[in-house]
Amino acid sequence: MIASVLDWLTSSATWAGDTGLGARIVQHLWYSLLAVAIAAVIAVPLGLWIGHTGRAKSLVSVANSLRAVPTLGLLFAVALYLGPKIEGNLAFLVPSIVVLVILVIPPILSGVYAGVEAVDPASRDAARGMGMRGMEIVRQVEIPNALPLMLSGLRSAFLQVIATATVAAYVGLGGLGRYLQDGIATNDYVSAAGGAIVVSVLALIVDGVLAVVQRLVVSPGLTGRSGGTRSSRRGMSGTGEAVAPESESLLAGQPDRPSQPAARSAAH
Amino acid sequence: MTWVSDHWNEIFTLARSHVWLSGLPLILGLVIALPLGWAARRWSRIYPVLISTSGLLYTIPSLALFIIMPIILGTQVLDPVNVVVAMTIYTVALLVRTVADGLGSVPDHVLQAARAMGYGGLRRFVGVELPLAVPVIAAGLRVAAVSNVSIVSVASLVGISQLGNLMTDGYARLIYSEIIAGLVACVVLALVFDGLILLAQRLLTPWLPAQGGRA
Repeated sequence: MIASVLDWLTSSATWAGDTGLGARIVQHLWYSLLAVAIAAVIAVPLGLWIGHTGRAKSLVSVANSLRAVPTLGLLFAVALYLGPKIEGNLAFLVPSIVVLVILVIPPILSGVYAGVEAVDPASRDAARGMGMRGMEIVRQVEIPNALPLMLSGLRSAFLQVIATATVAAYVGLGGLGRYLQDGIATNDYVSAAGGAIVVSVLALIVDGVLAVVQRLVVSPGLTGRSGGTRSSRRGMSGTGEAVAPESESLLAGQPDRPSQPAARSAAH
Repeated sequence: MTWVSDHWNEIFTLARSHVWLSGLPLILGLVIALPLGWAARRWSRIYPVLISTSGLLYTIPSLALFIIMPIILGTQVLDPVNVVVAMTIYTVALLVRTVADGLGSVPDHVLQAARAMGYGGLRRFVGVELPLAVPVIAAGLRVAAVSNVSIVSVASLVGISQLGNLMTDGYARLIYSEIIAGLVACVVLALVFDGLILLAQRLLTPWLPAQGGRA
């Protein structure tokens, strides 16, 4: 079985053409990027606003409780509702993208909000003391300080979209999910498994790339990579993980982050 | 709503297998994560390795993992064992970190006091560290429970029946209320799991004031 899956993966017929593996990978990435971008446009400003003003915090909890709703049901419900209202090929694309966007708003929103919320009030006061105003503080103090958590949120959002886009093949979305769905529907286990392996590898690669981006973008003053003063971080993980992204020192005393229960106790 | 009352039995049967497919991995995952988390605490070199491995495992999309499972296990594609093992992997991935951090949250002076009283090794772990880490571990378990219930529904796409069937079937036959019934049943199930874990936590930590139910 493994041999035939490998054969499938390495055969040129699999990769070629408009519906070949190469094209499907591009498609999959494109849908994922589109959904994350739309969600970010909504969630990042909202999270910054909530974190900065401290208003409407309940929105974050509402968004987080949305996570309990199973993806599959949401996908089918929205597809059934929106599908018939849209003409042509978009009838398949739009509902899936809508669901993907709905799904990744919570991780992005809570990442941004938690990041801004965790900014040391002393830094904010210092910025104000230096004469900075609202937007300046947001741009020059809060965003750079919140960046690790913001990016962790984006990273888990991206992974969630890659996973869910696979499932969305069942409501007609293209991408790598096609192999999984069509493979199972036609009892062609080899291509289903091949597609599954490719999606997994894709997710791992994207995660790795985002981890590197996270490292490069975050100010060295925050990650402690600039000097030898933070040797006490031994044994703690660095900038964040795929699922439970956090940087302990920043998150200590985070009030409500249901997805990261361990953070609360991480303060020594 | 009439759909629901007409299909009460079916919903109940599906819910029962949903409980198995998401609950059993929760227990198995906890049993596996406890020693791993302990090891991660004990030897600080293992910590980053375990954390990044579990991060990578959690990265794999659920549908893909369900489909790959038969290759690894040598099972049939339609075998529910695939789902149980896949969900156990996810649960372990989530819990290892929680257990390690939970054990790490036990204050040093408590450990020293325990040692002074003659507690050592396994006895200290079971009698002192583990009970004190319960709140953190329970919080992690609640996250895992909610996510398990949601992920298991995807398994209906590979032919394993549980509440997700209501969603796939409702979509295929254009029965809107069936999809909604599946959705609601899943959310209710997640809440039940959540409540049970919370209850267990209260019972295991009688010295803590009852508070902070909904974080």
